[in-house]
Amino acid sequence: MTDIFIQLAYLVAAFFFINALRVLGRPETARRGMQMAALGMLIAVVATLFHARIIEYQWIVVGIVAGAAIGYPLGMFVPMTAMPQRIAISHAFGALAATLVGLGEYHHGFTTNHLDSGHVAALALEVLLGGLTVTGSIMAAGKLQGWLPQKPITFPFQNISNFILLGIAVAGLVWMIIVPDAWPIFIVMLIVSLAIGVLIVLPIGGADMPVVVSLLNAYAGLAAVATGFALNNNILIIVGALDGASGIILSIAMSKAMNRSFANVLFGAFGSDATAAAAGPAGATGGEMSAVSSEDAALRLAYAKRVVIVPGYGLAVSQAQHQVRELADLIEKRGGDVKFAIHPVAGRMPGHMNVLLAEAGVAYDKLIDMDEINEKFAETDVVLVIGANDVVNPAANSNPSSPIYGMPILKVSEAQSVIAMKRGPGKGFSGVENDLFFDSKTSMLFGDAKQSLIQLAAEVKEA
Amino acid sequence: MPETTIIQLFVFLLASFVGLMTIHRVPPLLHTPLMAATNAMSGISLVASLVLAGANHGWLGTIFGTIAVAMAMANVVGGFLITDRMLAMFKSDNKKADKAAK
Repeated sequence: MTDIFIQLAYLVAAFFFINALRVLGRPETARRGMQMAALGMLIAVVATLFHARIIEYQWIVVGIVAGAAIGYPLGMFVPMTAMPQRIAISHAFGALAATLVGLGEYHHGFTTNHLDSGHVAALALEVLLGGLTVTGSIMAAGKLQGWLPQKPITFPFQNISNFILLGIAVAGLVWMIIVPDAWPIFIVMLIVSLAIGVLIVLPIGGADMPVVVSLLNAYAGLAAVATGFALNNNILIIVGALDGASGIILSIAMSKAMNRSFANVLFGAFGSDATAAAAGPAGATGGEMSAVSSEDAALRLAYAKRVVIVPGYGLAVSQAQHQVRELADLIEKRGGDVKFAIHPVAGRMPGHMNVLLAEAGVAYDKLIDMDEINEKFAETDVVLVIGANDVVNPAANSNPSSPIYGMPILKVSEAQSVIAMKRGPGKGFSGVENDLFFDSKTSMLFGDAKQSLIQLAAEVKEA
Repeated sequence: MPETTIIQLFVFLLASFVGLMTIHRVPPLLHTPLMAATNAMSGISLVASLVLAGANHGWLGTIFGTIAVAMAMANVVGGFLITDRMLAMFKSDNKKADKAAK
């Protein structure tokens, strides 16, 4: 009887979760969506406490108190700039929970002789996906936080050894299905999956992290699905599937925005060969960059009717979101129209730049997606590029020999004029020379983004 | 293959489609909150962890279960808080525009 009530509670929770994702799709209603999801979570958790297998509560209380104590600071005090590593860490948490449940349930089944092939297949899959997500996410968080080198780390026979490990994992899975109580194989699979997690993230560079974080999101979701199959629990299957779908959609969106295939991100180790290729065509551009003083730049911004600001990762690095918002406010006060053009990979995770600018107080209707803003550059007087490079490089459209050829870009070069703020006349993250900076309508404003923005704002005020 | 597994496969298939359809409509503007939100929701593995922590299957199961409860709970608490914090920052310009019009 209680079981039916629990199942019905899960049904209600599933309704809330799905509806929450639907409502999350619009900025006006998104917050209500999250409240709905939280309600669904509460219903599911409370119902579970009546589960027939639960006979003691003291360890549950310990876990819940400890978890809440860990979760509260992770929710309230982590700065928005650290969001990518924060999300990666919580992928690791979720996957660790799934992995431990898989191990615990296997141990339980083993000691009570309740192991059949289907059950063990799901548990093994759960541990496999969970294990690689745990170490993969920790590696990703380490790279994003700067504890580990951001550069891709490669060694000989890397792809071959990864494939061999993957082969061992699959063989182990098959073995477990045939001989469900072969526990040493279960342990081997756990170790192999932990190793795979480390090895797949090792060769991935800092700029490719958005894809990796999204992909790990999908794996964490699939681990939850496997848990659901192992425990005959539909709510786990449903939420895991939603989580997995979101991870897959975001990974595809990110790969597209970076002009890379999944396979290329996972097995490519971008930096090494692409930079060598890039050195060739770079010299062909010729011409000189023309520098501009901040006075002149400020005057042009002050008298422009339509301004589009292109924030890049450089903006986030120098923590200059607030300064850029101040500048935008000043231009608007003088009657100009300011929009922000957001490339999908402007930050270190999907949509990161939007959050950083929203935090600085920029209204979200000024944050325009790439596809929409690209139609408007032709009627824009001044584009201010701040620390963005590859995402505005016209070579992606025009130069088939460029390593970033085919990548969707912000078509900044269609605007009347461009002011590009840059630390110095060096190359971008992928080491590709940018023709835009040599264009006759582009003026370069060299220097630290934050300092330059403060100066620009001061001069726009006086203009 | 037992019948329940077949039904679960149907549930998985349908839920995946619902997920793909709904999430496809979330604009890039909200992709970071979306990821934080699905992260919080993935704390649903709490449901499985609770059972393991409370089932008294011996010390190994209890330790694993308790750690799993803590990890999942951290995602639930931290995930919902940070998503809400983030979404609260997304403000529309309309109010300002209204004032200016007057």
